[in-house]
Amino acid sequence: MTTQTASRYTAEYSKIEAKLPGGSLPWLLELRNDALKQFSGRGFPSLREEEWRYTNVSSIEKNLFEPRLEPSDQQIDKDWLKNYCLADCWQIVLVDGYYSAELSNLAGIPKNVTIKSLNELLDADAEQVEPYFGKAVSIDEHSFVAFNTAWFGDGAFIRIPAKTLLDKPVQLLHVVTDPNRLAATRNLVIAESMAQAQMIETYVGVDQAYLSAAVTEVFVEPNADLTMFKLQCESEKAYHFGGTYVKQSRDARFSHHNFAFGSLLARSDIHVDLGHASECNLNGLYLGIKRQHLDNHTRINHLEPYAVSREVYKGVLDDRARGVFQGRVVVAEDAQKTDSEMNNRNLLLSNDAEVDTKPQLEIYADDVKCAHGVTVGQLDEKSVFYLQSRCVDEETARNMLTFAFANEMVTKIKQKSLHDLVLAEVLKRFPQQGITQDWL
Amino acid sequence: MLNIENLHVSVGDKPILKGINLQVKPGEIHAIMGPNGSGKSTLSHVLSGKSGYTVTQGQVTYEGKDLTEMAPEIRAREGVFLAFQYPVEIPGVSNIYLLKAALNSIRKHQGLPEVDAMDFLTLIKEKVRLLEMDERFLYRAVNEGFSGGEKKRNEILQMAVLEPKLCILDETDSGLDIDALKVVAEGVNSIRLPERSFVMITHYQRLLDYIKPDFVHVLAHGQIVKSGGPELALELEEKGYSWVENKQAA
Repeated sequence: MTTQTASRYTAEYSKIEAKLPGGSLPWLLELRNDALKQFSGRGFPSLREEEWRYTNVSSIEKNLFEPRLEPSDQQIDKDWLKNYCLADCWQIVLVDGYYSAELSNLAGIPKNVTIKSLNELLDADAEQVEPYFGKAVSIDEHSFVAFNTAWFGDGAFIRIPAKTLLDKPVQLLHVVTDPNRLAATRNLVIAESMAQAQMIETYVGVDQAYLSAAVTEVFVEPNADLTMFKLQCESEKAYHFGGTYVKQSRDARFSHHNFAFGSLLARSDIHVDLGHASECNLNGLYLGIKRQHLDNHTRINHLEPYAVSREVYKGVLDDRARGVFQGRVVVAEDAQKTDSEMNNRNLLLSNDAEVDTKPQLEIYADDVKCAHGVTVGQLDEKSVFYLQSRCVDEETARNMLTFAFANEMVTKIKQKSLHDLVLAEVLKRFPQQGITQDWL
Repeated sequence: MLNIENLHVSVGDKPILKGINLQVKPGEIHAIMGPNGSGKSTLSHVLSGKSGYTVTQGQVTYEGKDLTEMAPEIRAREGVFLAFQYPVEIPGVSNIYLLKAALNSIRKHQGLPEVDAMDFLTLIKEKVRLLEMDERFLYRAVNEGFSGGEKKRNEILQMAVLEPKLCILDETDSGLDIDALKVVAEGVNSIRLPERSFVMITHYQRLLDYIKPDFVHVLAHGQIVKSGGPELALELEEKGYSWVENKQAA
């Protein structure tokens, strides 16, 4: 420790403080100060915390990642970025944590839909933000939320008004362009009553060490239907800490598909609070190679009766990669008739690969249906034999089945451009000889 | 083509097959019938190379080579095809992917270059038409969510694409209603060739109404207890398996 606080980052805060958005908003200033105090006292999470016991984040204290003080004017390699800009989507692009009007593409978005830079909206019309900011997650959740709340420079604000059906997904593309950069973004997504929309969060960056720390708060209001995808394709040297915190009102539906492929060290938190008779689906796929460490942390809070939750997370770990799955389902005393299933399946492809999986059910109600299952293992031998009996040698058969294990999660994506991108990323890690993507 | 001599097979310490003799010549269709537990499936598994079976005595030669020495994929590449009683579902692998991987494995085995993508598409589309199947079927995951009939038709499609010399149909009729059975049988008939042989393993005579065998063998207690022409199947249907089982006991 170089200062009396628990983190080197605290000492740097005064350099950026004045530049951060919302300085004239008392409610936000207060929240930032509380968050800063919280973070200064605790620093980043340590292995002693139960929710962090498998993930050591101390390396982000060794490098001091620095935020930009204002939007980047750096030229970005547009040909490279094009790979991640999905066709048939509206795009809002954040470069090094700041909204880029130039790279975003919001042409033709329905007039009643709001998609804006959070920074700009806090300047122009903070009243739209205040009712939601910090309402889906509190700074007490863990230190990264406090850190993000104190440090965020910009982000996206997306609101789909009541009864509006968006016919194209909105892609929120996070790009980091510099080494040692800290990109702290804060995003708000609101699907008002009976709205229907799809959102795709994509995280990419240059082949350097950098730190991405994002918090996305999501509100799915009564009867709304929101599907979110997160494609984490950060550089293999990068650190990624991303939390998605969801509040579902009565009868709301929410699906989340989490693809964790990139980063040297990544942690993803998906927390969902379920209202009366709401429904959530959480799907995840983490593919670790080399020395990657991929941590996925989910929590589903059944707060009211009749809600349904389904969760399937799959992991494939090769080389010296390490995967973590902590899935917690909490059924409150009032949440009778809860129906919940959680499943985590892992494949370990090398002797040095590791997975730590911990499903947790906490049930305080007495009339519920809850199931959970975990497997860590090898491939199904019947399937291996079936492929061999179809002329395929054993090694290729195992390779095909490993790919298939992952691809099963990819086939759930119906949006073609996203499907093709995710599939391409899977194929980069587990190539399939002589196969064109169209056939998969 | 296939020559089984005095074949004894055990699972663990338990002998299942106790001296099977069978000769299949090119173009012949053999039906092997028998009650549950007679060793029918064991025979098909041993021929296809499934692990867990020990040949304790006798031999199996295929085109003059020892079949039991070959890995399952080598047998398949040499032209032995097993249509499974319960085809395995493989979510995440499309039919077209499996077919291409299989076909290229055979071509590599034969010292041929990989099949050209366009030629491959033309070929499988032709087979799909031949079997009166929907092309979209090719892009679905292997057997995932297929009905019993669809799974069996998929086996026939694979057979049509891989063009084996010896086809072993393991209880292809099980779990099929009469309409599905007809469709599958027509599929098999459509890929019959003068030099292609079939061994059909079945519990019931009804499959043989649609695919006419040249020979019928009855398997009981791990041995072939009776062989004859197609009329044997009808006689069995009438008198039941106890007829041959008792006869053997006597």
